[in-house]
Amino acid sequence: MIWNPTKECMSREQMRELQGKRLHKIVEYVYHNVPFYRNRLQEMDLSPSDIRSIDDIVKLPFTTKKDLRDNYPFGLQAAPQSEIIRIHASSGTTGNPTIVGYTRKDISIWSECMARSLTAYGVGRNDTFSVSYGYGLFTGGLGAHNGVETVGASVVPASTGNTEKHARLIRDLGITGIACTPSYALYLAETMDKLGITKDQIRLRVGAFGAEPWTENMRKEIQDRLCLKGFNLYGLSEIMGPSVSYECDEQNGSHINEDHFFPEIIDPVTLEPLPDGQTGELVFTTLTKEGMPVLRYRTRDLCSLLPGECPCGRTNVRMSAIAGRTDDMLIIRGINVFPSQVESVVLTMKEFAPVYMLIVDRINNLDTLMVQVELRPDFFNATLDTPAAIEELEKRFADKLRSVLSINAKVQIKAPGSIERSQGKSAHVIDNRKLK
Amino acid sequence: MRIKQLSIFIENQSGTLIKVLELMKRSNIQMIACTIADTAEYGIFRIICSEPDRACAALKEAGVAVAISEVFAIEMTDRPGGAADAVKAFSDAGIGITYMYAFLLDGKGIMIIRTDETEKARELIKSQGLPYLCEKDFVR
Repeated sequence: MIWNPTKECMSREQMRELQGKRLHKIVEYVYHNVPFYRNRLQEMDLSPSDIRSIDDIVKLPFTTKKDLRDNYPFGLQAAPQSEIIRIHASSGTTGNPTIVGYTRKDISIWSECMARSLTAYGVGRNDTFSVSYGYGLFTGGLGAHNGVETVGASVVPASTGNTEKHARLIRDLGITGIACTPSYALYLAETMDKLGITKDQIRLRVGAFGAEPWTENMRKEIQDRLCLKGFNLYGLSEIMGPSVSYECDEQNGSHINEDHFFPEIIDPVTLEPLPDGQTGELVFTTLTKEGMPVLRYRTRDLCSLLPGECPCGRTNVRMSAIAGRTDDMLIIRGINVFPSQVESVVLTMKEFAPVYMLIVDRINNLDTLMVQVELRPDFFNATLDTPAAIEELEKRFADKLRSVLSINAKVQIKAPGSIERSQGKSAHVIDNRKLK
Repeated sequence: MRIKQLSIFIENQSGTLIKVLELMKRSNIQMIACTIADTAEYGIFRIICSEPDRACAALKEAGVAVAISEVFAIEMTDRPGGAADAVKAFSDAGIGITYMYAFLLDGKGIMIIRTDETEKARELIKSQGLPYLCEKDFVR
């Protein structure tokens, strides 16, 4: 099923034309309503009349997270306060949080985009769908919630926390779909095991997972343990929230709602646009947003665009899975290391639980990397009952890591349950180099 | 001929040993002998106890990495050289010993031997008539 075939299956020429018209309009709108953008455009000798087609987008200035922080709280808001009906804030782990105000039309477009996503996952009015993103300032909870109501399924606003109660509700209410972070899905599976809730007692069918990067191996594990088909749901509050892009039944890249959010891929160092298929930093321009529109916002997410027809019938461009974050990237002895690479190796080892921690340090001016993993109780057996056997397991894991990361990592095997589980965005790195 | 031993993975830090021992206590399991093979970061805690299957289930339930391994329990003669005689029999037969430890039970010296060459060890114990203990000898 396709929620909005007119927009999701538009011909490429029609889409480019629509995007061009909308871009011109949004540039004119911010020029007249946001002093920050007016100054930027004037500094570059640009006026809205210079933006005639979507190809002109490369002339426009970028917007960064720092710009949003520097203009805290309402500096980039374009609509008058009387038109704003909701305010969200992104997590401000460093410095000011980012404040995003939405007009009634913004919320309506967001609900539409979320409905497109859920429909692509196969969710409809007969489903009972639990939203287990945090409800509150974070866009995940309420964003997904509105979409579930829009498609007409019964929404269970479970939010995060109280996982045992949630696990029982999944069983008792016959919940068929769930939206949460992939690490929370695994935590939920562990909780169900602990409570003795078995696969034949649950009716889960669809999972919408996002808000943190995940891998194919993780997908296989979640699908197997929760008996559902797991789909990627991508979004960020600076652009809208969840449903900027969504996977279809093919599970091969996420379709971008590009009539509302125009994507580009750039080289994060030179800022030059990269051709389709190449991995670089994802950049979005909001084409229809009223509350807080942004031009060429640098997401710091690394991925590539996958053009071409999709067997599902949708023509909107797909983006690959997120390969990492420009700011998650660790540079260890000059080599780029992404936590997601370590995760992919951990998930190939059946002896380990799907959790890990990277500890980076600098000893005698040399960077060191230690990877901690946790033994899985079910896979601990009599053949592992000597230090030599554990060392052998460590070595096997270290060899696999080296072939993926191209650097040596020290491996430490920990007892079950000793690495902290995340309920939101996973924190997998301790970089002690920053403290010195 | 073999008896069941618990093998437990524990981290080398305070609080991990007592956690396992408290769980055993709560399940009313009596420990008969134990040993730890330790490294700087972790250890393998090996335990001979009453009701090893029930003990293993209780520990697993609590999320402990525990497995049951099968070992031989050989009774040594109570005189100097008793241990040497027992090990020599294995050594002469070319059977590799992965690890061993010993303790006293009801006044008898017992040697626990873990080997990967189970069949050869069985043959040896039978042919040499080495006195060995069975599971029922550890019931308390």
